[in-house]
Amino acid sequence: MATDPVTPQAPAGPGARREWPLWEVFVRSRSGLDHRHCGSVHAPDARLALQLARDVYTRRQEGVSLWVVRADDIVASDPDAKPELFDPAADKIYRHPTFYVLPPEVDHM
Amino acid sequence: MYTQAMDLPTPAHEQIAARGPMTLTEREWQAQFDAKLDRGDFIEAKDWMPDAYRRTLVRQISQHAHSEIVGMLPEGNWITRAPSLKRKAILLAKVQDEGGHGLYLYAAAETLGTSRDEMLDALHTGRAKYSSIFNYPTLTWADIGVIGWLVDGAAIMNQVPLCRCSYGPYARAMIRICKEESFHQRQGFESLLVLMRGTQAQRDMVQDAVNRWWWPSLMMFGPPDGESTNGGDSMKWGIKRIGNDALRQKFVDATVEQAKVLGVSLPDPDLRWNEARGHWDFGPIDWDEFKAVVGGHGPCNKERLATRVKAWNDGAWVRDAALAHARKREAREQRAAA
Repeated sequence: MATDPVTPQAPAGPGARREWPLWEVFVRSRSGLDHRHCGSVHAPDARLALQLARDVYTRRQEGVSLWVVRADDIVASDPDAKPELFDPAADKIYRHPTFYVLPPEVDHM
Repeated sequence: MYTQAMDLPTPAHEQIAARGPMTLTEREWQAQFDAKLDRGDFIEAKDWMPDAYRRTLVRQISQHAHSEIVGMLPEGNWITRAPSLKRKAILLAKVQDEGGHGLYLYAAAETLGTSRDEMLDALHTGRAKYSSIFNYPTLTWADIGVIGWLVDGAAIMNQVPLCRCSYGPYARAMIRICKEESFHQRQGFESLLVLMRGTQAQRDMVQDAVNRWWWPSLMMFGPPDGESTNGGDSMKWGIKRIGNDALRQKFVDATVEQAKVLGVSLPDPDLRWNEARGHWDFGPIDWDEFKAVVGGHGPCNKERLATRVKAWNDGAWVRDAALAHARKREAREQRAAA
């Protein structure tokens, strides 16, 4: 590939990458529903991230509201820690209504 | 749109680089990974996965993305020459969708640890392939309809099984894409119907376009299963669910009926119904042509790649300016807040 003619006046350091940062996109498909993650876009800033998210993810009225979040601002749980984090809930069946056996007359409670 | 070039063999240098024996922990992880696949669970971005699985996915998803982006070019060729405002609006929407599909797929590939710039560089330097179908020219307006009908039709056959692929981000991107592809195929068929109800010259134009696109469309499913090098691994990993030949047959069976409705013939003297198989038999595919086009010797390879490289280079100042502006404004806001 030909080298780019433009040398940007970007600050040195880890933030000086030339690629636009990644944003995660969340769409509320209609009022009354939660925003749901639907994908990501690259954009230089929040304003353009919203604009691009609109063009990429809502071309067919898929949404009435958009959130964009810098991907590197998201803190995620460690997938290797899945057992420690989530297994303890497995043996607490008494947290579910179906655990309690009631007489049929009142079972719809 | 879609790529068949996904099914390329793992290059020898990558196989050699595929390191020594596994450690005990890795073996455990591998066992967990295999168990997940057996259960039909999805693999997600941060989950452990074998290197070869990751490499295969990066190659397949990025080449799929490249195909969407390069696929904008043959059709973009006709936006300014669409015969009516309605057809122009439809074509614009379709080409915009292809761009969108490329972006969903690049984003899915990025979850595997590759960067957008790395993938684009691979495309621009010719290291990465894209679907050979886009190296054919769009000579008349009927080509646009035929691309929708045949090329997008073949794409849908190929892509629907990918919605169940084992890698979650890819499967989810494919679900979005498949929803949108249906519009692509239907608008193509409908625009051909209109032409077929027109003058003899218009009907001839459709037939000519069908004659040129039929065989390249069949090639989109990739080489016969016996010759497709990565098919086995991809099947084992749940990336590919149905073999090339089965998909191709499904496409032929569906298309023959559609061609009757349209009133065009398909350019294959060997095409005939096989009662015993319950399928349409079709003639041999010219795999030498396929290999030549994949290898860079199709009618438009050079032009397509040069157009992408030029667009990327010409847009560099915009990308840099937008980034510089964002950084300046961020710095200004930080100073104001201090």
